[in-house]
Amino acid sequence: MGGLVIPTARPGPPLWLLAELTYRCPLHCAFCYNPVDFARTSADDELDTEAWLRVLNEARAQGSVQCGFSGGEPLVRDDLEVLVAEAHRLGYYTNLLTSGVGLTEDRAEALKRAGLDHIQLSFQDTTRELNDFLSHTRTFDLKQKVAHTIKANGWPMVMNCVIHRLNIDHVDKIIEMAVALDAEYLELANSQYYSWALLNRDQLLPSREQIERAERITNEYRETLGDSVRIFFVVPDYYETRPKKCMNGWGNVFLTVTPDGTALPCHTARMLPGLTFPNVREMSVGEIWYESDGFNRYRGDGWMSDTCKRCPDKEKDLGGCRCQAFMLAGDAAAPDPVCDKSPAHRVVRDAVARAQLPGKVSSAPLIFRDPKTSRQIAP
Amino acid sequence: MTSHTPRLTPRFRMQWEEAQQAWVLLYPEGMVKLNTSAAEILKRCDGSRDVPALVADLENAFGASGLESDVRAFLEVARQQQWVAW
Ligand code: SF4
Ligand code: SF4
Repeated sequence: MGGLVIPTARPGPPLWLLAELTYRCPLHCAFCYNPVDFARTSADDELDTEAWLRVLNEARAQGSVQCGFSGGEPLVRDDLEVLVAEAHRLGYYTNLLTSGVGLTEDRAEALKRAGLDHIQLSFQDTTRELNDFLSHTRTFDLKQKVAHTIKANGWPMVMNCVIHRLNIDHVDKIIEMAVALDAEYLELANSQYYSWALLNRDQLLPSREQIERAERITNEYRETLGDSVRIFFVVPDYYETRPKKCMNGWGNVFLTVTPDGTALPCHTARMLPGLTFPNVREMSVGEIWYESDGFNRYRGDGWMSDTCKRCPDKEKDLGGCRCQAFMLAGDAAAPDPVCDKSPAHRVVRDAVARAQLPGKVSSAPLIFRDPKTSRQIAP
Repeated sequence: MTSHTPRLTPRFRMQWEEAQQAWVLLYPEGMVKLNTSAAEILKRCDGSRDVPALVADLENAFGASGLESDVRAFLEVARQQQWVAW
C-alpha cells in the first residue's frame, strides 16, 4: 500500500488505522512489542467506548479503510463487538489480531454478526517453559479449539508465529501444527528487536545457520504442501545490509492509536525523545495526521542525515526505522543502523556476530513481559 | 473459459473509496487500488455473466469495441491473484 513520501506534497490519507485497545494481556511473551513501560497505562487510562467510536468515525472520514484491532489482547475489552460493528458499518475492512485467549464460541459468533472480516491468530509462547511451547497440550488444545471456531464462522485461517533463537529449530513442528489446524496462511515472522525483544535480544537473535536451516525446511514444506498453505518467512532485519522501509514511510499510511489515546505513526514511536505525540482526546484525527509536529517530523527528507540525504537509495527505504536509529545509534534522525552505510552499523554487526556463538549467548535470564517487571524497569 | 462466469472470490471485497477517488479491493490486512478499467471489469464479475456477455456489456457501456482480448488478459491475471474465480 501507499507510495513514496513527496516532501512538499500533502501526505496521502491514513489508510491503515491500528487501534491498540488495551495493553492488558493474559500472556507474557518475551518478544512482546508493547512498550516496556506499558504498565504506566492502567485500565483506567484506556479510552472508553465512546472515545473509540469517535476515533473510528474521524479516521474513516479521513480515508482510513483498513482497521486492525490489537493490544495487548483486544478480547480483554468487552466492547470489542461494539467497536467492530461500528467499524464495519463505516465501511472499514476489519481485522482482529489475537492470541485466541478469550475467543469463545459465543464471542466469535458475536464478532461475526458485528461484521468482523478477518482474524489473525498468533501462536505465542504461552508458558514460561519455552520447550513446552510446542509440545504443551494446553496450548495446542486452545489453538485447535480457536482454529475450529474461526473456520466454523467462515473466516480464513491466518496464523502468525513469532520466530526466534529458542524456537526456530522447531520450525517443522510449527508448520505441522499449522497444517493440523488447517491454516490457509502461516506467517513465520522473526522477532523484531524493539521493546521486550530488545531487552532479550542476545537470547532471541538466531544464528545465520539457524535461519538458513529454517528457510530450507520452510521451502521443503512449501513444495510438498503446494497451494494448500501459503507460508511467509520473514528474516530478521539484522541480517540485511539495507533497512526496511519502516511503516511504509513515517506518517504515510499508518496511524496507531494507543490504549490511552496517544496517536503514533508506529506503535513504538512513543520512545523517541524530543517529540510529543498528540492525543485523540485533544485533537481530531485530521489535525493529528496533517498538522501535528509528531507526524510531520520525519516526513519527506529534510530531517535526514547527510548519509541518507545524499544516498541514491533514500527513496527505497526512507532511511529505515526511526526507532531503531534512536535505540541503536542514539539519534532518531540517523540512518537505521541496519544499513551498512550507517556509522553505527557496528552495533548490528556485533549483535549478529554474538548470535553466531553456539548455544546460549547470554547467561542472563529471559525477561518476560508482565506488569510487575514493567513497573520495575520503568517506574 | 468461454462458458465460465467469473465472480469475485469471497476473500476480497470491492468498494469505492472517496478519499482515494478509486475503487479498491480489500482483503486481510491489505488493499489493492484499482484503475478504472480494472474496476469496470471486476464490477461485472458477479457470477451472472460469462466472458462474452461481460465484454458485450463493457463495450456497450463505453461505446467501444474490440475489448475482448484485453478483458481476457486482465481476467487471467485477476485469477492468478485469486481476486476472481470461475
Ligand atoms: S506479544 Fe504476547 S504478551 Fe505481548 S500483547 Fe501479544 S500476546 Fe500479549
Ligand atoms: S544511507 Fe540511509 S537512505 Fe541510504 S540505504 Fe542507508 S538508510 Fe537508506
